[in-house]
Amino acid sequence: MNSTMRKTKNLLARTALMALMIPGAAMAASTSDWPMEPMKPNLQDLPSLQNGWRLYVNYCLGCHSLAYQRYERTADDLSVPHEIALEQLVFTGQKIGEQMTNAMPEDLAKQWFGAPPPDLTMVARIRGTEWLYNYLKTFYIDDSRPFGVNNKVFPNVGMPNVMAELQGVQRSDCVQMPKLAANGGEMRDPLTGAPVTEERCGQLVVDEGTGLFTEEEFDQAVYDIVNFLYYTGEPSRLERHRTGVFVILFLVILYVFTFLLGREFQKDVK
Amino acid sequence: MADQSAGNSGKMVKAWTEFMGWMDERFPLTETFEYHMSKYYAPKNFNFWYYFGVLSMVVLVIQLLTGIWLTMKYSPATAFASVEYIMRDVEYGWLLRYLHSTGASAFFVVVYLHMFRGMMYGSYRKPRELLWIIGMAIFAVLIIEGFAGYLLPWGNMSFWAGQVIVSLVGAIPVIGPDLMEWVRGDFLMSDITLNRFFALHVIALPLILVMLVFVHIVALHHVGSNNPDGVEIKKHKDENGIPLDGIQFHPYYTIGHDLPAIALFLIFFCAVVFFAPEMGGYFIEKPNFEAANPLKTPEHIAPVWYYTPFYAMLRAATFPLFGIPAKFWGFVVMAGAIVIPFALPWLDRSPVKSIRYKGVLSKFMLGLFVVTFFVLGYLGTIAPSPVATLIAQIGTAIYFAYFVLMPWYTRVEKTKPVPDRITVSH
Amino acid sequence: MSSSDPVNSSQESSQTSTPDSEPGPASIDKTGFNKQRRYFLIGATSVVGGVGVIGAAIPFVASWQPSAKARALGAPITIDISKLQPGEMLGPVPAWRGQPVFVIYRKQEAIEILEQERNDLADPNSENTEMQPGYAQNPWRSKRPEIGVYVGLCTHLGCSPKFHGEVVPEPFDPNWQGGFFCPCHGSRFDMAGRVFRGVPAPDNLPVPPYQFLSDSVIQVGVDEETA
Repeated sequence: MNSTMRKTKNLLARTALMALMIPGAAMAASTSDWPMEPMKPNLQDLPSLQNGWRLYVNYCLGCHSLAYQRYERTADDLSVPHEIALEQLVFTGQKIGEQMTNAMPEDLAKQWFGAPPPDLTMVARIRGTEWLYNYLKTFYIDDSRPFGVNNKVFPNVGMPNVMAELQGVQRSDCVQMPKLAANGGEMRDPLTGAPVTEERCGQLVVDEGTGLFTEEEFDQAVYDIVNFLYYTGEPSRLERHRTGVFVILFLVILYVFTFLLGREFQKDVK
Repeated sequence: MADQSAGNSGKMVKAWTEFMGWMDERFPLTETFEYHMSKYYAPKNFNFWYYFGVLSMVVLVIQLLTGIWLTMKYSPATAFASVEYIMRDVEYGWLLRYLHSTGASAFFVVVYLHMFRGMMYGSYRKPRELLWIIGMAIFAVLIIEGFAGYLLPWGNMSFWAGQVIVSLVGAIPVIGPDLMEWVRGDFLMSDITLNRFFALHVIALPLILVMLVFVHIVALHHVGSNNPDGVEIKKHKDENGIPLDGIQFHPYYTIGHDLPAIALFLIFFCAVVFFAPEMGGYFIEKPNFEAANPLKTPEHIAPVWYYTPFYAMLRAATFPLFGIPAKFWGFVVMAGAIVIPFALPWLDRSPVKSIRYKGVLSKFMLGLFVVTFFVLGYLGTIAPSPVATLIAQIGTAIYFAYFVLMPWYTRVEKTKPVPDRITVSH
Repeated sequence: MSSSDPVNSSQESSQTSTPDSEPGPASIDKTGFNKQRRYFLIGATSVVGGVGVIGAAIPFVASWQPSAKARALGAPITIDISKLQPGEMLGPVPAWRGQPVFVIYRKQEAIEILEQERNDLADPNSENTEMQPGYAQNPWRSKRPEIGVYVGLCTHLGCSPKFHGEVVPEPFDPNWQGGFFCPCHGSRFDMAGRVFRGVPAPDNLPVPPYQFLSDSVIQVGVDEETA
């Protein structure tokens, strides 16, 4: 092989990489500038997914259908026995093989909320899990809104805070916060060593004792719901990864054989 | 024992020979195989760039097979729901769908590289003008095929991207608006529109594609393959009429060159299918997980990545000219960008074919063309801004300059001497 | 040594029929080739490739299985028989997995006819166990003698037979004892869905799995054993 060819190959490898690795998503991000907390879904965490399903059925399904996802498939994937699923999770008198729809009439829903509540089967694929997680956590009291609440991530959203009883009363207030130095560390008074604070507004604070859950418990509950929605977005994801490993391993073996065979025939070429 | 098995294999060979004799009297099977495979002599100096023709065939087969199988489950009447039905309820439906959606992108990857190979080594030059034109026709049909297929999931991006592209037709002066209505069969994009694009996508266009690919190969094997040196191997033949620098396509290219490349390609392809089928929103766009909604445009509409260079050129036309509105010029520029490469065989006036022996100007222009294509491709994915539009306008000018100035720069530059025979170093 | 096909060329010593006159290109030189190694690699690659083809066929074949939707639509159904009168078949005919389900209420004399020894039936003792669950392997082919539950599709070519429950001479059989008659190809079945000899249908009408949820409600598609 001469050097020109080698150069060409290098160049091509780089071009191919560039073509494949165009960074970021093609979709513009949400317009809110709320600092997002990270959310990393975990499809192996069955207790989280089961709890997320239970919470979804209790707090969300009344308005938001999962019209492409069947109870049976969900129960099987999340290791919930059918009898338990039928008893505790199917409130609509449906059969186990049916999809998670609800009985909300679309015209009425439009009257109540301004727009019919969207189906959420694939919401995690549209919005991303991080957005959902922060959205569900950042409802706060705002009397100017029809439902008395507003949202930091989705300003002026037309949805009530359905999990207020769990979270408690959350307000957007001005609070004293540690002042941050330019290097990102907390600033301290050079004489007393006491932390320097500043007043920052638009921070979310929950009135103590107003919710059924502690902050950690509520965070976990929201995490579980979002994790569950990540699952419903693509229920075959785990199977896809498992199958993929086998397929790639097989193809590597196939490549080794075809490579050796190809080289064997190339020996004839003078 | 050994004698017996030797006798058996002798009998089998005899039966096989007899069968082939019977066959060949009625159908030119051996003759066809020899003409296209075992006695088709290809230059012995094919390199990396010669993988992408066969890889296009591989992807075509993947698309045809998965496409037929998806058609068994897809229904344009319940388009969006039926795609999710395939993704969830059908056994391995998700795999068939991801193979097909990834295959669409892979098709354009390999076809773009295949076309670049032809531009680089002058594979469109005499006597391969028709071969190039057939290839360009395949590319043009592929663009429409891809667009029609992109509508089928009927997500919100399918709907609005379809709306935008079909509206292009409306830019044609006088008849535009009526024509647009005729294409849609409705006053807006609707299931009527979807149904006709479904028919085009699964029957009409694949049929044309397959026929064009067939003709492409017939034309190729008639004129013979070009090579990185751009010299004709048919000029030097031995006493039996076999090119001195040719080797049998089968097995030396089928097994010796292409088979490992196909396996390697499948590794990359399957890595995407199984581990990144959305490709960060480039292969499957996020708004397409939401059903089509005629009342709600996604925040940012961008076509799939393989159309973005042309889309950027479409958007680059921002001013009216000769009293005709910019919208029409956008359409003309985009259509022109697809049509102008058809003329390459007659634009290139260089005495040599391959970029290896062309002058500095040609090399510079080709390099600039590739960079511009990538830049335009990127610009097509982002939201328009004054700076982006200006860059897109410059890019569009460069894109067309590559073709329009070619008769000039290929003639004035100093070329290198072309060897008499092809060059291979081991 | 030269031929168009480098694989077959190595066999030419034993294949005298192939004349060694086909010229190969000057760029091909097969003197250095190790026949054993080449054949081994061809064989091994073919085997691995064959495995790959079979593997690749799996999703295409599997996708023809009944989907989750088909299975959901084929879920067990419940049938109310409180209004069913002796000698009648339940109408409108309910569907399980899209197939008609015949539910009949037999009169006492019909039951007695079924319990008689018969030699004009193809399988009087229901010995083909694929055509009914174990609990229906009896003269009535049902759980209760008076209530019969059958899949109403002829075992010949899948037409749906008609119910002729009365013991009256019929055009197709002057000595008719009651049962089912298929108008497509003339197959006849008795009141337990047992097929007669000398008709095109080979087997008795299938009995679906079923159970009584109460005296007057049957669930078809599931029974005590499969639930």
